[in-house]
Amino acid sequence: MPANPFNGFTDFGVGIGLRVPHYRHILAEKPVVSWFEIISENYMIDGGRPLHVLDQILDRYRVVQHGVSMYFGSPEPPNREHLKKLKTLVKRTQTPWLTDHLCWGSVDGTYSHDLLPMPYTFEAARHTAQKIREVRDFLEIPIAVENVSSYAEFHVSEMTEWQFLTEVVELADCGILLDVNNIYVSSRNHNFNPHDYVNAIPANRVAQIHIAGHSKFEKYILDTHDHPVIDPVWNLYARAIERTGRTATLLEWDDKIPSFEEVHNEALKANQFVADMAVTS
Amino acid sequence: MNLLEIQHRMLEAVMQPLTNDEQMQPRTPDGKSMHDVAAEFIKPNDRLSSFERLEIYNRQYWFRVLASLDEDFRGLRAIIGPRRFEALSKAYLIECPSESFTLRNLGSRLEWWLRSHPEHLQPRAGLALDMVRLEWAEIEAFDGAAEPVLVPGDVLASDPDPRFRLQPYVQLLSVHYAVDDLLVALRKDDSDSEMASNAVSERGKRTHLRKVARQKPQAIFLVVHRVDDSIYFKRIEPEAFKFLKALREGKSLSAAVMQAFEGRDIQENKLLTTVQGWFENWSSLGWFCAPNSTDQGLISASGRQS
Repeated sequence: MPANPFNGFTDFGVGIGLRVPHYRHILAEKPVVSWFEIISENYMIDGGRPLHVLDQILDRYRVVQHGVSMYFGSPEPPNREHLKKLKTLVKRTQTPWLTDHLCWGSVDGTYSHDLLPMPYTFEAARHTAQKIREVRDFLEIPIAVENVSSYAEFHVSEMTEWQFLTEVVELADCGILLDVNNIYVSSRNHNFNPHDYVNAIPANRVAQIHIAGHSKFEKYILDTHDHPVIDPVWNLYARAIERTGRTATLLEWDDKIPSFEEVHNEALKANQFVADMAVTS
Repeated sequence: MNLLEIQHRMLEAVMQPLTNDEQMQPRTPDGKSMHDVAAEFIKPNDRLSSFERLEIYNRQYWFRVLASLDEDFRGLRAIIGPRRFEALSKAYLIECPSESFTLRNLGSRLEWWLRSHPEHLQPRAGLALDMVRLEWAEIEAFDGAAEPVLVPGDVLASDPDPRFRLQPYVQLLSVHYAVDDLLVALRKDDSDSEMASNAVSERGKRTHLRKVARQKPQAIFLVVHRVDDSIYFKRIEPEAFKFLKALREGKSLSAAVMQAFEGRDIQENKLLTTVQGWFENWSSLGWFCAPNSTDQGLISASGRQS
């Protein structure tokens, strides 16, 4: 299922996140990259260098937008000014689909700038799905929601995280950005089998997959995007694409960012799993 | 507890300031046990209590917002020192938490807030406030809108008194201290520190700071602008500043000239030469917008009557 309604029927391969330390290299060396993911908020501005760089990237590469502040689970309705800026950027990038997180992060217009976890309740699922629909109707492109790493669980939860994710995407009729690193991080923090998660999600809705590294602390794991991908996460990735088919895959590396080549080579390891899957199937 | 109640409680806890050793406060502002509050809605696990799980988010929040302000106001931090800067940042963020989806706007109310909290800036309040204004102007200039530039072919139409529009990203700033020179010097010290020791860099910063702080306050007129996506600070004459302010306010050319030279006894040909010189210089920097459909009395180079 590489191409499906949730990724605009595209067939993207392995991409990496567009990050400032790599601007110069990418513009000068023009490396072959299947696609770049941009953080929408970095380009929801009126002018200046970020947009000039983005336009040069768009001349040569395919770009998909990934947001960090839509907060589908927050109580307030979508902010119209935010949506207008986002739509302007969508028109500029021609992103085939748009992703943001299944989380909340603001209340009454006060922002935490964090991806806070949802209580897994039917009430929260209905509320979140309604907001996803509103945003998709305004932006007029497919939307996929990403499972976040979490460090807390709520007493009121009525289902598992993967059941909640499924409930939301079915109600909203939207796609999933399946972050297998986040699944791994949360599985360690909350004591569940990450393969149960990957095996349970509706594979036909997976528009994209995220891979990343994380940091281990004594009592929990933190999603830091500052290391290579570890083997257990690659194993989850292998199982995910076994279920979804070859799917647009992106490596996130946001802190202690190494050279472009190092990041790109780490991402391209994903191709080996795709090749292995082809051999065994 | 419904979704909204959980979100209110959690956000309140997450945004409560940390203790001095960067732990979550043991009590809420109204005196309740934070352990009890956390346990009401967050499950413990076999390694972490409810309190400790909530604390992860509490710490992440403060590390993130403090780092963002620190990055945006390095000049202010250099003036008042890192410890006082951190205290100021915490106090500011408690009273003015983010109201924007982007961290870019986190410092948008800092100048306003500092005007009613000058105690954070003493004994160099004037210098520090000027620096805050400059650093915020730089943020605005960095990613402000740029419209098509006025080019020589964009000629004056029949209206003998047209209105010229400044590029939205151009920021006009009047200060009392040479914060432009200071900020450039501080950045050079930071850049040099990549090759030399931190001690050398810090010594350089203190020297530059003392030099600017010792100077007698004077009116300095700055334009914060950008060329090829890099930010520049340009000092201009008081008359030029008044002229640009008038254009920004939407005044006509003649009204702007009047405002600029009000009270000055200047010969007409000298005035004409001065204004022409300004236009040549500023046009070459791309500060003026090409005419658009709302402009009065200008024709664009493409011949479109506005």
